[in-house]
Amino acid sequence: MTVTDAARESVTSGLEQDKKDGHLSVSHLNPPPSYDLADHPAPTGREEIWRFTPLKRLRGILDGEASDATLTWDTTLPDGVTLTTISQAEAREIGELAPNDRPSALAAELSGGARLIDVPAEAEIAEPIVIRLHGESVDDLVWSQLVLRVGKFATATVVLVHTGSARYSATTSVLVGDGAMVNVVSLQDWDDDAVHLGRDSILVGRDAEVKHTAITFGGDVVRLNANVEYAAPGGSAELLGLYFADEGQHLEHRLFADHNQPKTKSNVLYKGALQGEKAHTVWIGNVLIRKVAEGIETYEENRNLVLTDGCQADSVPNLEIETGEIEGAGHASATARFDDEQLFYLRSRGVSEKEARRLVLRGFFNDLIRRVGVPSLEEQLTTTVEEELARNVLKTDQ
Amino acid sequence: MSTLEIKDLQVSVSTDDGPKEILKGVTLTIKDNETHAIMGPNGSGKSTLAYSIAGHPKYDITGGTVTLDGEDVLAMSVDERARAGLFLAMQYPVEVPGVSVANFLRTAKTAIDGEAPKLRTWVKDVNAAMGQLNLDPTFSQRNVNEGFSGGEKKRHEIAQLELLNPKVAILDETDSGLDIDALKIVSEGVNRYREQEGKGVLLITHYTRILRYIEPDYVHVFVDGKIADQGGPELADALEAEGYDRYIKANATPA
Repeated sequence: MTVTDAARESVTSGLEQDKKDGHLSVSHLNPPPSYDLADHPAPTGREEIWRFTPLKRLRGILDGEASDATLTWDTTLPDGVTLTTISQAEAREIGELAPNDRPSALAAELSGGARLIDVPAEAEIAEPIVIRLHGESVDDLVWSQLVLRVGKFATATVVLVHTGSARYSATTSVLVGDGAMVNVVSLQDWDDDAVHLGRDSILVGRDAEVKHTAITFGGDVVRLNANVEYAAPGGSAELLGLYFADEGQHLEHRLFADHNQPKTKSNVLYKGALQGEKAHTVWIGNVLIRKVAEGIETYEENRNLVLTDGCQADSVPNLEIETGEIEGAGHASATARFDDEQLFYLRSRGVSEKEARRLVLRGFFNDLIRRVGVPSLEEQLTTTVEEELARNVLKTDQ
Repeated sequence: MSTLEIKDLQVSVSTDDGPKEILKGVTLTIKDNETHAIMGPNGSGKSTLAYSIAGHPKYDITGGTVTLDGEDVLAMSVDERARAGLFLAMQYPVEVPGVSVANFLRTAKTAIDGEAPKLRTWVKDVNAAMGQLNLDPTFSQRNVNEGFSGGEKKRHEIAQLELLNPKVAILDETDSGLDIDALKIVSEGVNRYREQEGKGVLLITHYTRILRYIEPDYVHVFVDGKIADQGGPELADALEAEGYDRYIKANATPA
């Protein structure tokens, strides 16, 4: 899809508005980043960025109590990769990305220090850097601050796996050097009562390529932001997501691609399935194309498969365009049930209804799982998807 | 032995204005080694007959019986019918994103046979079926019907027919949208299937063209949900020359 005349008109009015205001435009959809907690007051639930989130189920995280509880860290660090602890001030000095909502601002304030994972320039790290984070109890309130720094022309894959339970609020910055290639996967495989508020912000260097995948199966409430901005022209970001919400779960994924540099790319694909009473998913895909961002290309897509009655999938793509001089901008969103015609076709070949549903669902997630690009994870993800299915949709031959 | 027996079949679909009767009592028996062609104008209920036999949920059976070798087909689920030996080659095969042809065929074969096919012979069989239908070897890696041309969809249906090898095949307008080369390839596939002992074919078509390549034993003319006329292959020649007009007019005349 390319920009339409209507979009060009809104561009013109946007430009005029900028002139009047006399400052750089800001996103109308995303509060500006700030470390000052006063800029991130406790939400009422009416705010644009909070209107989908069940605040009462956050178990008081947003009150911002101090806590020195931590998750257990179990890491696999290939040669050449270092993990150190740095102060909050040092995290800012090396250019971590400032918080842009209350949970991330609280995490930056209360973490007591940041973990820094460093991949030096030109290092080619073939094996994934794996960080297994485990919480013991939802009574534990954990603030976390993490910086992943990947030097120029380096290649690395980072896999974060969350298990167990906690009230967990984390702010993560991924700083990607010029020409680097980085693949970040965050897997949320929490126990049923966990609450996880996370913000991953990515700064993409010149001509760098970043892939970020959020995979969420577990937790009572999981609300994740994946933000991307660019340090220089030519960077590209692929933001992927896979989620599976069961009865009562609230899984919220919020994307923000801030095209603040020319010739940059963003490509978003999130796919989710829902089953069981009050399974709720939210997908917000915000894209801002700033005035300077000429020649950019962006596409975002969200697909949801509703497997049973009583589920709710909210899906909101937003595109703010301040220049029409771009390669392309588009989005798509679709939420559907199992397609009866697909099931009929498969069953007319002798395949049982249960097996037909399994095939369709595997197929639905298949292209996404392949794109994650971590071969050792592919099989595990396929298995997890099938285990999720077995809980409900495949429970009985209908 | 395989006999598909359709007796006084009545079928309706639900519409906004209530149920609409589409099949008004169809009686037809397909025995061993018989090929029956059903011809008729658009909207006469030909496809409804095919989908009703296969068990599509859209159609309500309001009367009559369908049996395969004496077994009550109408009491079976869609997949049970296929496992009992019925096959429907669809006019508009459905896309199944993310599911490869290879995976689909193996899953179907396993379901039909009740056990997984022996890997080595199966791969050979699939490659042979693909080759005979002039489908590229990489075809197996593509997703089912996704991005297939019209001709590829129909050839893929016939590849399934040959690999699943049912007792009775129902072909719903398999000839539509095919150029002459593709039509020949598809017809050869159907002929390979029916040369085997004891297979039945119900071939539904709007045009007589395909009957030059797949010669029927019986031709039935379908008009307004009923069989209006039947005969041998010569009936198809008459239809070729005269079209359906005289049946439609006859049907419109009050008795």
